[in-house]
Amino acid sequence: MKKIRSVSDLEKWREDILARQKQYKAIVAVCGGTGCQAYGCQKIKQAFQKELKKKKLQDTVLLKYTGCPGFCERGPLVTVYPREIFYQRVKVEDIPLIVSETIQGGRVVEHILFEDPDAHRKIINSKDIPFYKAQMRLLLSNNDLIDPTRIEDYVAIGGYQSLAKALFEMEPDEIIGEIKESGLKGRGGAGYPTGKKWENCRRAPGDIKYVICNCDEGDPGAFMDRCLLEGNPHSILEGMLIGAYAIGANEGFIYVRHEYPIAHKHAEIAITQARKAGFLGKNILGSGFNFEVEIAKGGGAFVCGESTALIASIEGMVGEPRSKQIHTVTQGLWGRPTNLNNVETWANVPLIIKQGSKWFSSIGTEKSKGTKIFSLVGKVKNTGLVEVPMGITLKEIIFDIGGGPQNGKKIKAVQTGGPSGGCIPASLFNLPVDFDSLTEAGSMMGSGGMIVMDEGSCMVDVAKYFVHFLKGESCGKCLSCREGLKRMGEILDGITEGKGNGESIALLEELAVVVADTSLCGLGKTAPNPVLSALRYFRSEFEDHIIKKRCPAAVCAPLIQYSILEEQCTGCGACKKICPAQAIEGEKKLRHRIQTALCSKCGSCKDICKANAVMVQ
Amino acid sequence: MDFKHVDTIIEKHQGKRTALISILHDVQDEYNFLPEGALQKVASRLQMNANDIYGVATFYKAFSLTPRGEHTVTLCLGTACHVRGGPNLLRALKSHLRIEPGQTTADGKIFLQAVNCLGVCAIGPVMFVDGTFHGGMNSVKAQRIVERIKKGKAGVSA
Amino acid sequence: MEMKVEYVNLTIDGMSIEVEKGGTVLQAARQVGINIPTVCYMENLSPYGGCRMCVVEISNGDGRASLDTSCTHKVSEGMMVQTQSPRVIRARKMLAELLLASAPNVKIAQDIAARMGILKVRFPMEDNRCILCGLCIRMCYEQMDGKALGFSGRGVGRQVSMPFKVRPESCRLCRGCDFVCPGLVIPCQGIKEPGEICGRCVRVEEMASCCSAPTFGCFCERNPL
Repeated sequence: MKKIRSVSDLEKWREDILARQKQYKAIVAVCGGTGCQAYGCQKIKQAFQKELKKKKLQDTVLLKYTGCPGFCERGPLVTVYPREIFYQRVKVEDIPLIVSETIQGGRVVEHILFEDPDAHRKIINSKDIPFYKAQMRLLLSNNDLIDPTRIEDYVAIGGYQSLAKALFEMEPDEIIGEIKESGLKGRGGAGYPTGKKWENCRRAPGDIKYVICNCDEGDPGAFMDRCLLEGNPHSILEGMLIGAYAIGANEGFIYVRHEYPIAHKHAEIAITQARKAGFLGKNILGSGFNFEVEIAKGGGAFVCGESTALIASIEGMVGEPRSKQIHTVTQGLWGRPTNLNNVETWANVPLIIKQGSKWFSSIGTEKSKGTKIFSLVGKVKNTGLVEVPMGITLKEIIFDIGGGPQNGKKIKAVQTGGPSGGCIPASLFNLPVDFDSLTEAGSMMGSGGMIVMDEGSCMVDVAKYFVHFLKGESCGKCLSCREGLKRMGEILDGITEGKGNGESIALLEELAVVVADTSLCGLGKTAPNPVLSALRYFRSEFEDHIIKKRCPAAVCAPLIQYSILEEQCTGCGACKKICPAQAIEGEKKLRHRIQTALCSKCGSCKDICKANAVMVQ
Repeated sequence: MDFKHVDTIIEKHQGKRTALISILHDVQDEYNFLPEGALQKVASRLQMNANDIYGVATFYKAFSLTPRGEHTVTLCLGTACHVRGGPNLLRALKSHLRIEPGQTTADGKIFLQAVNCLGVCAIGPVMFVDGTFHGGMNSVKAQRIVERIKKGKAGVSA
Repeated sequence: MEMKVEYVNLTIDGMSIEVEKGGTVLQAARQVGINIPTVCYMENLSPYGGCRMCVVEISNGDGRASLDTSCTHKVSEGMMVQTQSPRVIRARKMLAELLLASAPNVKIAQDIAARMGILKVRFPMEDNRCILCGLCIRMCYEQMDGKALGFSGRGVGRQVSMPFKVRPESCRLCRGCDFVCPGLVIPCQGIKEPGEICGRCVRVEEMASCCSAPTFGCFCERNPL
């Protein structure tokens, strides 16, 4: 790979790559995202390699890994080009068929196509699948085409052209103006106008400035940033380059949580390749602009997703947040002006520069422009990543795209905004999803985690879960957060153990208000939201636990009991063998019994019983 | 232990203070935990106070200052995994291994860890065992995987 | 060369005052005799803002007011501060109750609770002697140049400790940490003979004392009275 020293060099390289791609009659794209890794995509790719070699097709068929196309529920995913045939739940045994039927014979392999559950017909192209139809995949669609470990793939789809435009056809103030006009707001949760942030950072006094990409993505249930950084790392680099140029920064950091090893690896590869090609370093594309970027790793601390704590972490200190009386754009990393943005925010930048602010602001609503990626997970049929225009309703996301409930249970609520957000009951699913509407309902859009809950979820348990999560992640500086969350946890523990009383809810609310009011950082300030929203919409569940000492959803371990139904039990003994607490007794072929005192409430017996004889209530 | 490898690791990261956490991860991968001697060495090479490095090593949950088991079983406690039955897995493993998360079994074989989100939410509940992700877990599958580790079977898959 | 001093005007509890730029709201309040309760603040040590007790309601005239710790918040032109608003009192009361529930045997917790009118504690009582105010750490770093104490762990597991739980060589046993610790325990031995007057708690300076942080090792245990 030779160094690209000018815009014309870039164009020539792109043409070369496209010309070389013409030699391939077909492309087999295997999703290499972490989700599919768990489903064994490595074996799939190896099987393809073997089969293609066997049929002597390795020179005319390009086999590659791509980034995550988002439909994780259906992995492993394989797309065959040029017809864009979308295969799902692919097994190693299917590979020879795919090669002989589809690649050589031009036919589809029916049993691995997606089947529309309502119309009972097989769908060939992903864009016709209901999961994808209502989406607007401006960012994620590139994941389908790119091998994230090859910079050539990114250049082939027009990568780094926005950077060239920014460096040679626009002034820094013009770039900032475009971002402002586009209406882009931060995608990390706070939703601060990105253009304004860049402008404030540019105006801050100081010669040395920094740009940071926040890939800590601590919200449990959210994995949008992982997929973007894993699947298309160059788009983030390009966004950061453009931002750095506009702001006047020459150094950047990408902070990746350590739980994302593949995203970290792909980012490192991308940086090395970008440096070799001349997109990083000195005199980029011959413009005179210098920029270097470094990856910083997280150490397992949710609080480090907060900008001042993240900055402290990069400085090699504990992730303790700092006062924001002076904003980080004025005094951030080592006291210097620092512009920190979320992964998805950076990924939107090259698009806006390429297609213009007018185009971007035509998508979405008046106050929330563009698209947003959500991780739709939990008790819903089609789990995965969805990218939709702002303003779409929760109902459309959960039912049209998500396919509605699993196992015939009714959907009760959806949790948005992670530990800073709250739950929205099914009765409010007509709400549009944007920066403001969900906040009014007591939650927030947040970074994009959308966890669907059904009748089998206990809202008191969910509130308790979030409080314990935050208690474990609190840095411990503020008395209010450290002690307040601990005491809130104690009250919720008591309620779920049947020990709540008439004052529990009032005390919980009193604590919640003060924790929110007096904490230094966003973690403490928003910590009470999940509890307060659960109380707002599901107070009756709390009252059931307190007054009736009952958990209606049969989730809270101390209030439920596992038992074996005599009529259904076949005496096979499978439950006895698997029980980790050895709490089941019974002779072969005779009815088995669970000793409640020893039962650890882990559910192994229920999972393994083929006769459906285990009951929980 | 002379902690020779620590010097190599620090050089790999050019002795940068911004790479501190990356350095500590690499040291932990090398020694399976963060020995005091290694930490003191890092501190002196990076011109840090012993207090500061001790504070960092004890602040970030990824690090262990006591030796961990041969195999690490990481359970995801993220919200999506939680609503899909994550707590049941935790209860099953706690009961089966007779340890709490953050502890190692008496025979030193298995270190049980619970993290707050692995980012593979769509296929939860998720377990991460010795570098491999396992999705769609339940209490039974989790116990089976642990059994295979105990029996020393390599290439664990559910 | 003459040093030009800049001033800012702000309103505190309805009073308009003019103070030097660069100071904090707490300093400004003290200048005019307004007494804001503090726990982790000590003059001549850098402010920390961990106990949150000194929170005040601050607005910049744009209609939105928020609470922030007065010990760390710098004064700015046109700022409006309320040190006793209902929102502030509500916050301080709960903070006092939380502190008391955690450390009832630490004198300052009792003092602040009494001041805020707390009559009972609605949380299960603990008996922590360290309130994690960090004064000992700041004393050690900033005034005594020992750099021997620090925070370890995080959240509810946070502790004051010495590196690797061993007293480092840089510790000169200056007892500066003891001097500033609000949780210090004066060992009470009680009177031994009828008519004896003890007075230890009053003659604090003359007494050997126990450091409240467990890592030091109890001075009393090693030097029984």
